[in-house]
Amino acid sequence: MEKTKSMKRILYDKILRFLLYFCAFITSAFLVVIVGYIFYRGLGHVTWQLLTTSPSFLSDSIGILPNIMNTLYLIFATLLLVLPLGVGAAIYLTEYAKNRRLVGLIEFATETLTGIPSILYGLVGMLFFAQFLSLGTSLLAGCLTLVIMILPTIVRTTQESIKTVPQTYREGSLGLGSGKWHMVRTVVIPSAIDGIVTGCILSVGRIVGESAALLFTAGSASVLSDFVKAMQSSGATLSVALYMYTMERGKVDIGFAIAAILMILTFFINLSAKLLGKKLKQKHG
Amino acid sequence: MKHKNLALFEQVMHGIFFFCGFVTIAFVCFISVYLIISGLPAIREIGIIDFLFGTTWASTASEPKFGILPFILTSIYGTAGAIVIGVPIGFMTAVFLSKVAPKRLAGIIRSAVDLLAGIPSVVYGLVGMIVLVPFIRVFFHLPDGATMLAAIFVLSIMILPSIISVSETALNAVPKEYEEASLALGATEIETYFRVSIPAAKSGIAAAIVLGIGRAIGEAMAIIMVAGNVANMPSLFSSVRFLTTAIASEMSYSSGLQRQALFSIALVLFLFIMLINVLLNLLLKKKTK
Repeated sequence: MEKTKSMKRILYDKILRFLLYFCAFITSAFLVVIVGYIFYRGLGHVTWQLLTTSPSFLSDSIGILPNIMNTLYLIFATLLLVLPLGVGAAIYLTEYAKNRRLVGLIEFATETLTGIPSILYGLVGMLFFAQFLSLGTSLLAGCLTLVIMILPTIVRTTQESIKTVPQTYREGSLGLGSGKWHMVRTVVIPSAIDGIVTGCILSVGRIVGESAALLFTAGSASVLSDFVKAMQSSGATLSVALYMYTMERGKVDIGFAIAAILMILTFFINLSAKLLGKKLKQKHG
Repeated sequence: MKHKNLALFEQVMHGIFFFCGFVTIAFVCFISVYLIISGLPAIREIGIIDFLFGTTWASTASEPKFGILPFILTSIYGTAGAIVIGVPIGFMTAVFLSKVAPKRLAGIIRSAVDLLAGIPSVVYGLVGMIVLVPFIRVFFHLPDGATMLAAIFVLSIMILPSIISVSETALNAVPKEYEEASLALGATEIETYFRVSIPAAKSGIAAAIVLGIGRAIGEAMAIIMVAGNVANMPSLFSSVRFLTTAIASEMSYSSGLQRQALFSIALVLFLFIMLINVLLNLLLKKKTK
């Protein structure tokens, strides 16, 4: 007596189900192919010499140590500036702001900043920081440009984790007689710390991968120097170096070696962001 | 006395936090004003009609021409192409992750998508340049594979992660009761997903598409490496220049009116992006209501 489904419905079901599996497969296949190819072409060229020397015309060798250092300097300097600003903005939005329109406006502003393409950041950074403020093409100009670019990421992740702090904690603290700032410092910030760290990790990912915003602000030189000097002079990060080596000098092998390094970095950055996110969920879930 | 100091201190802290919050608004205003001020002079000098609808870009010729219609159309066609390829794949993947996939498999694919999102654009450009471009040249018997088609392929992979994660969030937010009701009425699982869940999540999915458009139109470094960079009117098999790559490719050596014209291109790009942002905001607001 069982009523069978019509042929048409079975077919509809089968085809769509197949398409779902197929598209998910394609998405994963893209990743496997891209990563596999990069490792296949690149890993062989990642040598100790490449990682630990500067490029030299005398011995006709290429090393990416300056680019590694520039990337680290840039990460350090950018986070140093953007963290207080971003965490502060998030605290203002969740703890202090009373005017809902102002909150809406600030949130709209952060969303707008997220949507602006990095090439436009690069252009404004070049015009304003490098030329108008006459910082020159330097890591400092690049760093200031990145601060504007990364601010939304820090604000959003911090805001999200502050929102999970139970209201009763705040009331308890205030009820015991602490001032607002004391409450923020001893209750809100410590509870939001893993969100802030997640924001930092995501930001590191963006800084490592960024090229368009840095090409015209931080420049493309590969000279090894200490932090203070590097900030004042032109310097290419790993991503910019990849672009310069492949496009300007035709050294595709070096490009793939850097790409392999970038992929490994991306992998670890994603992994740590994921682990932290899980921890965050466990704590508040 | 101490009390007064404390109140003052609290006010100072409030002021500091207000400043931090206000900075984001200041940044947006600053960028907008800066792009408008630096973008307008060239448009005024060239004439807005000639600038926007001129079909030749010859910035370094003895009689320079600054028509950016090729760039505008290339950006629009390229983005449309990326959406046509990327959205179906990304969308179906999102349905798979949200509804069909076993938990463990979904977790693995989600990590893969996150990793795709994290790959730097220059790396996409490099792989596109070394693998895709030669492939297109051989496959379509072209003199050079660095074409609009290559750019479209690279872009469609690059927008996948944003499309997948935003649509998945939207699909996950569909109330369970809708699906249960549909199943109880005798619809199969697949029918339920496609006729109940997806229509219920449509504004979130629309937001995903708009986000993808924003990503594609703003991408520069990956496509500068695969699109060939000649200021042709767009066609699938010719070397083209996008709005973004037009800025990037001439910025380092430009001067005078040519340089100012590049700022004007940036202004045009900025207006496109703002339009997309407003649209995205409207869609997301609608979803929460």
